[in-house]
Amino acid sequence: MIENEKQLVEAISEMREEEAFALAKAMLDRGEDPIRVLELCREAMDIVGKRFERQEYFLPELVLAGEMIENIGAIAKPLIQEKSGGEAKKLGRVLIGTVHGDLHDIGKNIVTFMLDINGFEVKDIGIDVPVAKFVEEIREFKPAVVGLSGFLTLAFDSMKETVQAIEAAGLRDRMKIMIGGGQVDEAVRNYTGADAYGSNAVAALTLCRQWIAG
Amino acid sequence: MDEKAVTASGGAAAYAERMKRIMDAVELRQPDRVPVAFFNMFWLARYGGISCREAMYNYERLAEIARRALLELQPDVYAHPHLVTAVGPVMDKIGYLQMQWPGHGTGDNVSYQYLDREYMKAEEYEDYLFDPTGFYLAKYLPRVAAEFDGLARLQNLPGQYYFSLILGMHRYADRQVVGALAAMRDAGEEARRMLTHAAAFGKEMADLGFPQAQGPTANAPFDYFGDNFRGSKGIMLDMYRRKDQLIAAMDKAGVFILRQACAAGVRSPSKFVFIPIHWAFDGFMSLAQFKVFFWPSFRKLVVGLIDGGFIPLVLWEGDCTSRLEVIADIPRGKAVYWFERTDLLRAKEVLGGTVCLRGNVPASMLTTGTPADVDACCRGLIEQVGRDGGFILDGGIGIPDEAKTENVRAMFEAARKYQP
Repeated sequence: MIENEKQLVEAISEMREEEAFALAKAMLDRGEDPIRVLELCREAMDIVGKRFERQEYFLPELVLAGEMIENIGAIAKPLIQEKSGGEAKKLGRVLIGTVHGDLHDIGKNIVTFMLDINGFEVKDIGIDVPVAKFVEEIREFKPAVVGLSGFLTLAFDSMKETVQAIEAAGLRDRMKIMIGGGQVDEAVRNYTGADAYGSNAVAALTLCRQWIAG
Repeated sequence: MDEKAVTASGGAAAYAERMKRIMDAVELRQPDRVPVAFFNMFWLARYGGISCREAMYNYERLAEIARRALLELQPDVYAHPHLVTAVGPVMDKIGYLQMQWPGHGTGDNVSYQYLDREYMKAEEYEDYLFDPTGFYLAKYLPRVAAEFDGLARLQNLPGQYYFSLILGMHRYADRQVVGALAAMRDAGEEARRMLTHAAAFGKEMADLGFPQAQGPTANAPFDYFGDNFRGSKGIMLDMYRRKDQLIAAMDKAGVFILRQACAAGVRSPSKFVFIPIHWAFDGFMSLAQFKVFFWPSFRKLVVGLIDGGFIPLVLWEGDCTSRLEVIADIPRGKAVYWFERTDLLRAKEVLGGTVCLRGNVPASMLTTGTPADVDACCRGLIEQVGRDGGFILDGGIGIPDEAKTENVRAMFEAARKYQP
């Protein structure tokens, strides 16, 4: 990797926000390939993810990394349309939403970001999502993985109902279902009928990689 | 042991017996048995067969259901239901904007939910630091409740004195100011009405022998900003982008939080100050970050409350195992650490000689498990964590809204069945 590419990856992964943005901007101003710049962002994100798994980095670092990548993306992505090829092919589709009755979203948003930056095509259908909407979106988007998020204890029943509705619609065997959120544990996973639960965004990423990439 | 015979005859004697049991635990002595606490938000609605909406709006009905539940379950202390649940009418009258609740964005049978947003912008730290009350009037209060809009017209109060004060009185006839003050008065009267009901219920239950588990509430300064001002995403970015301002603002906020808790506590029948902790769990920030951002201003609050004659009742939400050694640094026998998910055996090892522990039958077990599961869990907790005293039995977050009644009964019965 050339020197300024290494510097960009390092600046992002070391949480040096201003430096990272300045480096990226300078690279794009010089005519560097914006797709390459976004690839470097993903490589940095890979480092951030590994440090998160090793419990060196935590949520503030994931969120700041997300901000850095979004800000760099905001100047890089418009330049992509000008070149041929477009963005890299997506790994697979993930549909994610917070179940009905629950309005919490910070965890879901971090998972969405992690999956997106790691090459998945993610559709986030928001919060307080009725059962019927999940089924409708699944029919249309055809995800390989469905993520159900919920923070409150009322989410247990909402998740269970959502899984049951997916079954009743004859769609259950077409996807894996993962659940996550503050109160979720193995007992809840079993109760809801989900395939797995994750305690954090990296767990969600690992599950999707296992299920989709095989 | 016959559960009715556990309490001595006569309300005052029963009250004294329960208080002794609790205070023995708090002060790290071995009580006659492990005390058990009752805390709920909307489980009483399920128990009583009413909607969450009715629990928030019908003071008498909530009292009637709570009385029935407490007489059946016989807790040693209980968190007053009105103060946690019956806030609908007051929120209506101020046009509260920081939550959605039944009839206001959610269905009738869900609990109120806090909206994680930015209620203070990153660039406003300076305003808060310079003049928190001015910031409240001009910006914060109008953002969190619609009826406070007119208060934004009451700015620069310290610049009004002598003639500028006398002549400046015209602003109190401003249509918007008049409107805001009238709405606040209306809300004040509703709040008094609810608190009068609450006090009557509290007295009735005290006469029946049941002490309250908590009086005022407070929050860690980090949670104060993370929950109520900057939002979770905002504060995470502030830890990097505005570290010094965040720390200075937390120190300042801590002074107000302590003063408010002490002022409220003086009038309260309970000296326990309930402090739910939201952002201290292991997965959120590193231990190093916890030591810099979370603990210093929070420790100051805990010690300040203890010095003021209060008992911090700290609910450490999530799993806080990595924090145990740090949070042990408080005066001995003066507080309760209630752990939602932290392994209480581990907590006992680190904290057993310092602080009373409370918890932690899992919410998932009370909701999806069986009475036998709950009984076995409670037995384990009583026999192991209750060893040598210093333990109060409870759910990890009290009684979750969807807990099965038979599981709740099993938890309270276990406290009377088993000894450490």
